[in-house]
Amino acid sequence: MTLATWYALVGALLAALGLHGAVVRRHLLRKVLALNLAASGVFLLLVAPGARGPTTDPVPQAMVITGIVVAVSASALAIWLARRLHAETGRAALPDAEDDRA
Amino acid sequence: MPEPVVVAVTAPLALALAASLLGGRRGRWPGLLAAAAVVAAVALLTRDVVAHGPVRHQVGGWGAPLGIDLFVDGLALLFLWLSAGVGAAATVYATAYFHDDEAAGAFWPAWLTLWGGLQAVFVTADLFNAYVGLELLGLAAVALVALGGGRAIGAATRYLLVSMLGSLLYLLGVALLYAAHGTLDLSRLAAAAGEDGLERAALAAMLAGLLFKTAIVPLHAWLPPAHADAPGPASAVLSALVVKATLYLALRLWTALPGLATAGWLVGALGAAAVLWGGLHALRAPRLKLLVAYSTVGQLGYVLLAFPLLPSSAAVAGAAYQALAHGVAKAALFLAASTVLRAAGGDRLDDLRGLGHRLPVTAVAFGLAGASIVGLPPSGGFVAKWLLLTAAVRAGAWWVVLVIALGGLLAAAYVLRVVGRSLAPAHAGAPPLKAPRRLEWTALALALASVALGLVAAWPLALLEGLAP
Repeated sequence: MTLATWYALVGALLAALGLHGAVVRRHLLRKVLALNLAASGVFLLLVAPGARGPTTDPVPQAMVITGIVVAVSASALAIWLARRLHAETGRAALPDAEDDRA
Repeated sequence: MPEPVVVAVTAPLALALAASLLGGRRGRWPGLLAAAAVVAAVALLTRDVVAHGPVRHQVGGWGAPLGIDLFVDGLALLFLWLSAGVGAAATVYATAYFHDDEAAGAFWPAWLTLWGGLQAVFVTADLFNAYVGLELLGLAAVALVALGGGRAIGAATRYLLVSMLGSLLYLLGVALLYAAHGTLDLSRLAAAAGEDGLERAALAAMLAGLLFKTAIVPLHAWLPPAHADAPGPASAVLSALVVKATLYLALRLWTALPGLATAGWLVGALGAAAVLWGGLHALRAPRLKLLVAYSTVGQLGYVLLAFPLLPSSAAVAGAAYQALAHGVAKAALFLAASTVLRAAGGDRLDDLRGLGHRLPVTAVAFGLAGASIVGLPPSGGFVAKWLLLTAAVRAGAWWVVLVIALGGLLAAAYVLRVVGRSLAPAHAGAPPLKAPRRLEWTALALALASVALGLVAAWPLALLEGLAP
């Protein structure tokens, strides 16, 4: 197994675990953590092909840096919202979807 | 002189900073300036495209693959005009909507950031750059929903989580596509595209992410509360513009990469489900803004109905025109509904009796925009549905014709729920309603535009020509 394939496999596994957790877990903090795990997996997948040749491809690395910035800002916003929700409802989980609330 | 395509993206972003520095209601001045800059830039861009064909601009002089290319053709221009027109109207509406400094101080930076991200998605030629634009507008959109306070916080949280999940799926697709072809520039991808498995997996992940963010049935549950509970001008831009960014990318991917053609029927079937589901829920919605939000779920379905018929030029035109016509009409509906909510202190459908006498300009705006949503001639919605029907009949896809007809009936029924009540006599002793004139007339202007889109359809459709094979 080459290094690139190993990275790609680990990345895919992390992404799958994270996506699963984000859907299944109810606690908002766990959801946010799971999404961050999934993001790390995707980032690893992005840089994996760079390990193929003798020189490293800089483009995926630049993308991953941008992706990390995005993930940090999104997580910050999510945690702020979770805190507001907790302050207002006393719960750290999403209220059940009620489509036709009056 | 700076390139108009660069100004169209950077002006709202720079002015978002100015708005956050000024703070409070003073943010409306950078807002109005951004509206003027965006409309002027898109007008200049249209002149360039009409004169010299599609515009490609290398940002900072760095070409692809290292730099980021911006690309504007007829399809991009149609969406840029949608964004410029609806955005400018929402900006004017917002100058009269927010009373207190706190809400206004949060609205202006978030809205201008969202606008910049939106424009970035419409002009990008690079799939990763599109991701950055999507995130920018997604985070700003969540902030706008959260501004509603109270139950909007839960809706915003759900929206953010769905949006993050959708973005990750899209980014996963981008990573796989880069691994397969070593480029993310759309035109280079179109040249390199083949039939290999990695590319298919990549496109499937991207498509799933985009549909998630577009709120397509069965991934739609987050949209109605988020759009209905946001403050007025925010509801309008969320429902009219934000969901169009992901649809635009899906349309771009589809027309550029042949590997997606086999998934067309699946997407079309989801679209059909959305048309019926959204329509049925809009019929049962107890509140006006919730009704309008469910109508968005249904109307987005029409755009997806075009996907199995691609790449015929009638299907591209139908999908794009439906996106345009729905955007203008839906913004008018949400602005009108928010004016009612503001003036009457509530928007329960049962309290809308006599609206035609109590708030006539807003009631007329709702009726006109509603006619376009239903697809009555001569509105823009009629032209869009006509193009879709033409494409469906040519392809022999009779189920699409049936869904369009059923969807039209449902839309007529839920628009009549509102129009019928506003024409009924008011309850005895119901006080006359008052709303600031600027709120009423911006909604009416958009409603008139949604009808006019049917009368001047030849011109935008001429812009689209030459895009599809």
